[in-house]
Amino acid sequence: MEYFLQQLINGLTLGAIYGLIAIGYTMVYGIIRMINFAHGEIYMLGAFISLIAFLVSTLLGGTSVAFGLLAALVSTMVLTALYGWAVERVAYRPLRNAPKLAPLISAIGMSIVLQNFSQLTQGARVKPLPPLFKGGIELMHGETFSVNLSYLQMTIMALTVALMVVFTWVITRTSLGRAQRATEQDMKMAALLGVNTDRIISATFVMGATLASVAGLMVTLYYGVIDFYIGFLAGIKAFTAAVLGGIGSLPGAMLGGLLIGLIEAFWSGYFSIEYKDVAAFSILVLVLLFRPTGLLGRPEVEKI
Amino acid sequence: MAGANLKAALKDGILGAVVAAALALPMLGFRLVDSASALTLATRFDWVAWAAAIVGLGRFALCLLRQAVPADRVPVLPDLGAKFPKARLVAGWAMAGFALALPFLPFADRSLVDKATLVLIYVMLGWGLNIVVGLAGLLDLGFVAFYAVGAYSYALLATKLDLSFWLCLPMAGVFAAGFGILLGFPVLRLRGDYLAIVTLGFGEIIRVILQNWVDFTNGPNGISGIPRPSLFGLVFTANAPEGKTTFADYFNLDFSGDHRVIFLYFVILALALLTNLFTLRIRRLPIGRAWEALREDEIACRSLGLNPTMIKLSAFATGAMFAGFAGSFFATRQGFISPESFTFIESAVILAIVVLGGMGSQIGVVLAALLLVGLPEWFRELQQYRMLAFGGAMVLIMLWKPSGLLSHRAPTIRLGKGATP
Amino acid sequence: MSTLPLLDVEHVTMRFGGLFAVNDLSFTAQPKAITAVIGPNGAGKTTLFNCITGFYKPQIGRMTLNHADGPVLLERLDDYDIAAKARVARTFQNIRLFARMSVLENLIVAQHHKLMRASAFSLAGLLGLSRYSKAEKLAVDKARHWLDRVGLLDLADEDAGSLPYGSQRRLEIARAMCTDPVLLCLDEPAAGLNPKESLELNSLLTGIRDEMGIGLLLIEHDMSVVMEISDWVVVLDYGSKIAEGAPALIKDDPAVIHAYLGEPDESEA
Repeated sequence: MEYFLQQLINGLTLGAIYGLIAIGYTMVYGIIRMINFAHGEIYMLGAFISLIAFLVSTLLGGTSVAFGLLAALVSTMVLTALYGWAVERVAYRPLRNAPKLAPLISAIGMSIVLQNFSQLTQGARVKPLPPLFKGGIELMHGETFSVNLSYLQMTIMALTVALMVVFTWVITRTSLGRAQRATEQDMKMAALLGVNTDRIISATFVMGATLASVAGLMVTLYYGVIDFYIGFLAGIKAFTAAVLGGIGSLPGAMLGGLLIGLIEAFWSGYFSIEYKDVAAFSILVLVLLFRPTGLLGRPEVEKI
Repeated sequence: MAGANLKAALKDGILGAVVAAALALPMLGFRLVDSASALTLATRFDWVAWAAAIVGLGRFALCLLRQAVPADRVPVLPDLGAKFPKARLVAGWAMAGFALALPFLPFADRSLVDKATLVLIYVMLGWGLNIVVGLAGLLDLGFVAFYAVGAYSYALLATKLDLSFWLCLPMAGVFAAGFGILLGFPVLRLRGDYLAIVTLGFGEIIRVILQNWVDFTNGPNGISGIPRPSLFGLVFTANAPEGKTTFADYFNLDFSGDHRVIFLYFVILALALLTNLFTLRIRRLPIGRAWEALREDEIACRSLGLNPTMIKLSAFATGAMFAGFAGSFFATRQGFISPESFTFIESAVILAIVVLGGMGSQIGVVLAALLLVGLPEWFRELQQYRMLAFGGAMVLIMLWKPSGLLSHRAPTIRLGKGATP
Repeated sequence: MSTLPLLDVEHVTMRFGGLFAVNDLSFTAQPKAITAVIGPNGAGKTTLFNCITGFYKPQIGRMTLNHADGPVLLERLDDYDIAAKARVARTFQNIRLFARMSVLENLIVAQHHKLMRASAFSLAGLLGLSRYSKAEKLAVDKARHWLDRVGLLDLADEDAGSLPYGSQRRLEIARAMCTDPVLLCLDEPAAGLNPKESLELNSLLTGIRDEMGIGLLLIEHDMSVVMEISDWVVVLDYGSKIAEGAPALIKDDPAVIHAYLGEPDESEA
């Protein structure tokens, strides 16, 4: 029971991170029907930028860890969002009316570029960061095993919830969100009604990148090590999460992320750590077989 | 008017420079240095300045250029395939002739033939994937899985059961096709993009299994000592093992390591040409036409009585079979395989070859393979910039020619003449 | 009646959520006859077509196709089997051609099953056996015949997507005919045609009825087409049948007039 609870906590933490990345995939897919393959790398850049930003802010004399992290969070969100914007502007926008596979190939190319850019500029070696958050709460004390909820895990979950609240507000209550939903439903019609769809698409990439950058920051703190290669697997997992939840659905992305996180945590906890990725994908295939639109995806009536 | 243009270009350039500076600041401006005690930072702000200057000037120049040359006067490559229907045929034969003669040309040394062999592996893989993506329109991001199945089939059959390459080759193809059917059956009903993620996942699953099923695959250490193929029983070694004759002895030649390299080159050339021949032929058969029809409109296919699942499955399995052949060749050429060789990036390269070549175009695949695999081989020394340039080239070619280098499609049958050659 | 109808639709109901797109609909279509299904927009005509051709599965009802060798229950077949085994062919309201394949190739794909059998699932074709080339020649002959009928013989080697709209409509009919159907379902074949093309269409459709002896089922907005060529008219409104009969009678049916003219904002698609 204690062990189960601990895996639950670990899984939810991991899942929150996946969910934040997955939202970027699902939003972009919803609006331009494209798999943004470089999104995993945006998250990786977010991790690097957050690490650098944190070090810079401590160098500049910030002695308080909290202040340093806040400064890192804000600058990471801004700078990573800029990367998200630039990638769309350079590699995707010119291909808006191109054959369907062209943007995908361009995105794969972009992902290779960003990965190697980061390797070249920051080196291939793993970057360690000593733990900043120490301690936690002991939730339960068993005979052999005690369940811990660390302060860091609490922070990650709280931050995720806060971001989701803000994000849901933006999508449902602001004019930007309205324009975004309109563009998602029917881009041509939205454009006819005076929505600047190019700007809306840019905004979508910026929002996705912002959330991914926070995920990058969280992962830097959580695992304490990052390298240039983390974007690939996290990207695949997050995309799997988006599909699992029903691609195009925002709550679905979060749900999918949490599920993937839980599957991984429980699988590595109870079966084998080597095959945790296999487990996540197998669940995806099973879900798609029985619910082809994912868990929360709207069923699509075939237009004939 | 010119003043206004200049002003616009200047604005564009400055904006570009500012964005570039902001992008470069964290990643180029600072460098993480992990010394023994802790992680520290080094700075190199000069790089940021350079990045800003290059991007700014680049955008400035591009903007001026765009104004000077209106979009409709931008020189474009004429579509030769459409203008001269015979040109394609001539080019194809010329390329095949050149490929046959290559090892005997004066400038062909061992390393060139080796590189050409590598390019041909990708040409073959590209032609195999072209069936799936180019003809049937199924987005497969895990093609490398079938390549791996082929490679491990041969490696295991040869090292454990002592079977010969020529016996294992068809078996590897059958195994790979079998995996294709096994995977395809449940997932081919999914919509296109879902198929992409499932195949991508499948590719990773195969790799993870190869890595962790140590008893069977020897895990990350891979399988070494994979036997080399023989030519009708003639082996390519300096000294013949018991009961065998060496190639050099049989033809009264001095032994040379080049013989095997050239032999391997011809094996892959034959395999690749076989793939090409197969594709050219099947495109003119009902199943091939059904693949293309499915790519065009699945609902119309169903209204004509075509069962989409079976048609997709046949394309998927056929493509996988050729990947299996290529995989077993890869294993015998390297003599050593490990899961390292079958990462996602391989699938991406093969897909890029198909899409950059122009979906469905056989010659396009050759050009793209030369460009993406052959060219970087010459820049081995620039190892660390190689992949950066590779990714950049993928983006640039797509921006330049979104439907691929050669995208013209000729009908597979014309009225009054029956099938065209 | 002594002879069975070609198509017997009984109590078919198709719901989307709470909306009854087709509600308890029964009618028959005779062989060697043109049956028209008409009705205002949103009356459920295309949904009915999608049920008959298997793209949708109705929740309730039975659809029987009476072949010479016995009845076939359409609702039990997959869409592709309805085309292949029950031999019901159809066209689409938004033309669905294989745009980047040639006109001739479109017609050859329609003869897929025959050619697959002849080529022994492509194996005989791969080996270049004459058995296949003979079958292919026959297929081309059939394609040529239909291209001639629809007046597209000169454009046989063009990409289907490059044809003008009216020609694409005719090509779609030719493609459907290449599957040797016993029932041909046409979803608004006259939509977007000019008066001259519309007249040509009429003679093409009556020609198919008279020469091939098959049944035609068509959805149409263009009343002139309906009144001129159809032998029987079924009128739908809100998913239910409000009238059926010979065209001359339908014209004066008060329920029909009400359905069409009673709605002041009735608009054409």
